[in-house]
Amino acid sequence: MSTKSKSIETKTDFNQDERLKKVSKLRLLLNRPELGALGGAILVFIFFGIVAGDTGMFSAYGVLNFLDVSANLGIIAIAAAMLMIGGEFDLSIGSMIGFAGICIAIPAIYWGWPLWMSIIFAFSMAVLVGYFNGILVVRTGLPSFIVTLAMLFILRGATLAITRLITGRTQVPGLRVLIEDDPLAWIFATDTFKWVFSWLGSMNLIALRTDGTPLATGIPPSVIWFIALAIITTWILMKTRYGNWIFASGGDKNGANNVGVPVGRVKISLFIGTAVAATIFATIQVLDAGSADTMRGTLKELEAIAAAVVGGCLLTGGYGSAIGAAFGALIFGTVSMGIFYTDVDTDWFKVFLGAMMLIAVIFNNYIRRKVTESK
Amino acid sequence: MSDYLVQFNNISKFFGKVIALKDVTMKLKKGEIMCLLGDNGAGKSTLIKTLAGVHKPDEGEIIIEGKKTIFDSPKDALDMGIATVYQDLALVSLMSVTRNFFMGREPMKGPPFFKTFDIEKANKIAAERMGQIGIDVRDPSQAVGTMSGGERQCLAISRAIYFGAKVLVLDEPTSALGVHQASVVLKYIVKAASQGLAVILITHNVHHAYPVGNSFTVLNRGKSLGTYEKKDISREKLLSMMAGGEELNKLEVELREMNRSPAN
Repeated sequence: MSTKSKSIETKTDFNQDERLKKVSKLRLLLNRPELGALGGAILVFIFFGIVAGDTGMFSAYGVLNFLDVSANLGIIAIAAAMLMIGGEFDLSIGSMIGFAGICIAIPAIYWGWPLWMSIIFAFSMAVLVGYFNGILVVRTGLPSFIVTLAMLFILRGATLAITRLITGRTQVPGLRVLIEDDPLAWIFATDTFKWVFSWLGSMNLIALRTDGTPLATGIPPSVIWFIALAIITTWILMKTRYGNWIFASGGDKNGANNVGVPVGRVKISLFIGTAVAATIFATIQVLDAGSADTMRGTLKELEAIAAAVVGGCLLTGGYGSAIGAAFGALIFGTVSMGIFYTDVDTDWFKVFLGAMMLIAVIFNNYIRRKVTESK
Repeated sequence: MSDYLVQFNNISKFFGKVIALKDVTMKLKKGEIMCLLGDNGAGKSTLIKTLAGVHKPDEGEIIIEGKKTIFDSPKDALDMGIATVYQDLALVSLMSVTRNFFMGREPMKGPPFFKTFDIEKANKIAAERMGQIGIDVRDPSQAVGTMSGGERQCLAISRAIYFGAKVLVLDEPTSALGVHQASVVLKYIVKAASQGLAVILITHNVHHAYPVGNSFTVLNRGKSLGTYEKKDISREKLLSMMAGGEELNKLEVELREMNRSPAN
């Protein structure tokens, strides 16, 4: 039977198809998801460099200020981006921030727990909430949009109700005194590289207070967390098996399942990721402010998704980058702070945010068509 | 031990009162291409899923390399070397050729706990494998979405072979393709068989099946109408055996009459 087979010339001629064009290196670069956000960030810096270059926005204090805001948003934006690449949304991020805040404050203030135990408790609750979100989405097959929208209301409502029940108020102050000597809190509450700033101050290179200490005292913990998370998640996406599974789960759930990717487990872990990121955000802010507020984090989930979209994530999943979301957060943080240094009324920030997102979605959509279009 | 690589003896599958398959028997040797022909609703999909381990047969036995086997899951079938390439191909168009090729089975490197996806090795293997079937992937990190339908089909088949398939089950590999692309895919299937794989080619297109098949099984309403060696059956006979055959003849007659009527 194989005599017939052998006679067939199997060298085919796809590569001789005269209609195919060679793809240039530039085109390949243009196909990277984070390119738009990188370009956007550069444009934003050029813009403020021109408009607000001499206003103190780019002094050490000013830079740390907008970096801090960007970093806080970035922490949740990166997690939201990972989940979006995995094909799902989490609208409960903002509510989780408020919930995590009181999970730290109430045990520490009212139950007399040590602060480190309250922080661990908050992270355990985050894992539970994330797992619950994930298992609901995976098991029921319902859109994560609806499941996590429900969780948005449930968590926010529970946060308010529990806090008022236990404390009679909606805010829990008094955490600042507990930070000192706590074995865990410093990870979320320490400014780093202080010596650099002291040195810069002593050389009169950066602005000083009247008592001679520098105005900018160190790199805030949010920035360190943000950079660390951006590096780790990018490494996971590009270099690990789990990263490949995230792309596969978001790109084609059934296909991925058919070749042995544990799609359900991947998605659940990503939901845990967003809840944990929200808790990191909450811990940093609660320790910085010294108090937990039940309304903390309201609407943050939408900002995080906006930053992820600007960073190149498709709403349909399977495409995007963590570093892109980091740039997206940097754009939003820079503009939200930079706008104070210009003559523009700060009310316009939301207009900018919306317009930026719209442009990003149109651009992403175009890129997706380019990437997937058949020859 | 028989010289058949796989045997499906008297396979039946019922869904409630519906008889999806009844007493279907197929035998395949190494290097053989068996074409499974049938119109829509003939039970092809059920049979494929039974071969792939998705459904358990209610009657009959599956014998692989002389050993009676029961598949509890698709993974069991895969472990026994039966690889099924479905129509959706299990390819993610936004992901690169390499990432698709190794999806779920990524080669790893590095020390324990710090193992990373060995993307260089994966790129090399993917490019090499695609090159062997004559597809020049200029850049294995290009998205699968940029490939043609035929190239994608070949990628999916090539992946199944790389991961140790002994029996390839191909579900309508040419149905969505143009004439040229289809011929490329068929050539590749013949080549795969000539390297010692057994191929079960499921199709409703006799014109694609006839040139490459060694034997033909026709399925109609859940029953096998028999298996024929190529020398024993003509293309026209095969066509008319499929459910559509008679109807096409009828249609031809009707059309002829319609053409005649305006003249009258």
